[in-house]
Amino acid sequence: MTETATSEPAAEAFALSRRTFLSLALLAVPTLAHAAEVLTFDGLYKSIGVLGIKYSDRALSLKGQAVRLRGFMAPPLKPESKFFVLTREPVAVCPFCASDAEWPVDIVVVYLRKTLVPVDFQQRIAVEGRLEIGSWTDPQSGFVSQVRIVDADIIG
Amino acid sequence: MRLTLSPLAVLVAAVFSLPAAAQTIYPIDRADILSGSRFDLKVEFPGIVDPAKVSVTINGQDHAKVFGKPAELVAREDGKDVSSLLLRDASISKPGNYTVTASDGTTTKSVEWTVYGTPAKRAAKNVILFIGDGFSIGHRTAARLLSKGVENGKIKGKLAMDDMPYMALLTTQGTDSIITDSANAAHAYTTGHKSCVNALGVYCSRAASTLDHPKVETLTSIAKRKGMAVGAVTNSEIEDATPAAMVAHTRRRSDFNDIVKMFYDSKIDVMMGGGSPNFLPKSTAGSKRSDEVDYIGLFKQAGYALATTKTEMLAAADGAKTTRLLGLYNTSNVDGALDLKFLKKGSVAKFPDQPDVVEEMDAAIKILSRNKNGFVLMVESARIDKYSHSMDPERAIFDTIMLDNAVKKAKDWAKANGNNTLILVTADHSHPVSVIGTVDDNSPEAEMRNKVGIYEGAGIPDYQPNDEGYPVSVDVPRRLRFVFGATPDYYDTFRPFLDGEFVPAIKNADGVMVANEKYKDIPGAVLRVGNLPNKGSRAANQGIHSGDDVILTAMGPGAERVRGQMENSDLFRVIAEALSFAPQGKAAGKQ
Ligand SMILES: [Zn+2]
Repeated sequence: MTETATSEPAAEAFALSRRTFLSLALLAVPTLAHAAEVLTFDGLYKSIGVLGIKYSDRALSLKGQAVRLRGFMAPPLKPESKFFVLTREPVAVCPFCASDAEWPVDIVVVYLRKTLVPVDFQQRIAVEGRLEIGSWTDPQSGFVSQVRIVDADIIG
Repeated sequence: MRLTLSPLAVLVAAVFSLPAAAQTIYPIDRADILSGSRFDLKVEFPGIVDPAKVSVTINGQDHAKVFGKPAELVAREDGKDVSSLLLRDASISKPGNYTVTASDGTTTKSVEWTVYGTPAKRAAKNVILFIGDGFSIGHRTAARLLSKGVENGKIKGKLAMDDMPYMALLTTQGTDSIITDSANAAHAYTTGHKSCVNALGVYCSRAASTLDHPKVETLTSIAKRKGMAVGAVTNSEIEDATPAAMVAHTRRRSDFNDIVKMFYDSKIDVMMGGGSPNFLPKSTAGSKRSDEVDYIGLFKQAGYALATTKTEMLAAADGAKTTRLLGLYNTSNVDGALDLKFLKKGSVAKFPDQPDVVEEMDAAIKILSRNKNGFVLMVESARIDKYSHSMDPERAIFDTIMLDNAVKKAKDWAKANGNNTLILVTADHSHPVSVIGTVDDNSPEAEMRNKVGIYEGAGIPDYQPNDEGYPVSVDVPRRLRFVFGATPDYYDTFRPFLDGEFVPAIKNADGVMVANEKYKDIPGAVLRVGNLPNKGSRAANQGIHSGDDVILTAMGPGAERVRGQMENSDLFRVIAEALSFAPQGKAAGKQ
């Protein structure tokens, strides 16, 4: 309904690491030419309501597949972390008044393949990895997430 | 090692054999305790104690005799080499001064408590407590200027909250710091005890779990025991600190999932705000819970009407049989007045049918007043604080006007309904904000800073208030210059943020808080180097609270106790006395 999916230009696809290609191949992604489907924050949801979120048909159909999503990295809860929160807009969470309790509901949690190298939190970044949808509690941090991009890489 | 010490050192070491010399007693020294209210007695010993040598006395009497039950001795608290004595749900009914003495056989420590009663005769039937979160004098002055205007040197009309007979200055510091937060501050109002930053309904002890700290009873619990109805309405998330202080007992205000359970267990009659994700079982998409408990379902089963929009709220309130309401209007905070009524930014597109705080309060009063024993209602305009953190003056001022509109409506209701409602209007803490003049776009000067009018150059701003007291436009040529005294680096745009709430600063890749580049190219924007920490764990990405006093204005029966300078915790006592929570004298015992 929102942005139409476009396959990435070939040049960018080739920029992907060999390992990503391998893992994508293992996931039986339909065609390697469509290395990662482009998702947007708006495109993830059919609706966001008080009593719950409805994911878009497209997001649900991309479960388990390689996706690319652009957003802003929220300052990680811990340095040396392998996961971070990707948000639609740069976050203004008050470090003195709030906690993870005040995250917007439409965050995406990104689990990286490698340890996080902090980026400029003002710069929109793109993340590629496998899309997971459904509640999951991180056994290490206790952080509960609904939408994740796992085995992910930060692409510029 | 000890053999090498001098005899004096050995003696000193023997007397102070443990690193922290004395035990800590909760409630703490100089605590004021409402007669009959419940509290947890906790004594923390600095080491492991011999139970046979431990004694805790109240005015010389064994505590077990005074409280009717002995405290439990925890030999190794949280598995550490320290013992504690703990007695949950203690209370003292006889007013007076109490000396509590705890000894482990070696060291002795005493604290003093004052237990107070209340007049035998109940003065007020209802209490409405308005809290403007972070609501400071600068906000108040600005709200007056924008919503009333000035003519011939006089404000054209009074704010409803200004037109009240009693006023006091409240000091807001807590047990740990001269600067408080909304948890600790609201806790003082709802319990009458002082605590520390981030704490709700507990003293801050050494307990490892945030839920294990010594508790004190909340206003909700006491009022419910007296058969009254209780409500809390806000435009923050309902689990946020101020509304949570009505029911919660936790050392950490961010325990949102636990706080939802505490709301449920409290049997509070009306609760409204945002923050729905913590009510949804974790398998529901959009949930923030870590368990499968469906609190929406539980509240409904317990007889609560559920409203997720203003339309549903109005219908529920009109239902003559509705006595309990859970209103959740946003997944996050309910949008503030400027977005809700004028700009339609924020989350208004996603949640187009949210009530404002005035409408929430109106619905709450309708429902709560069905209880013949009266009600206690806390009404919060929460985003004065949030918009002051984000350094967004117009949004903060609009939500101050909204607070005043709610006060006006409550005063009208009280007048039409027996004049037996105590109305209190205050803030929980302040922000370092100030009205310093105006900005005039029509000034011939080139740079924005030189378009700032000070002293006689400030003149009178151009706002045109509508019937609700909101200026129909905030982007007027001559507008208020409202400044923040403690800031991160940010771009000063000299203009209202018509496209959405300001985000002043963001961390860069090196972990340094820097000005948000998004505003760099706004015509006239200049970089302001901040004066708050920009590195480390306390780096500030926004404005902060100040330790300045806050104003309490009051009217109605019991309001005459509001005067001079008071501790914030004294506000609880004003309520307790007006409602005669602990009647003394002839009528004592009769409710
Ligand atoms: Zn605050």
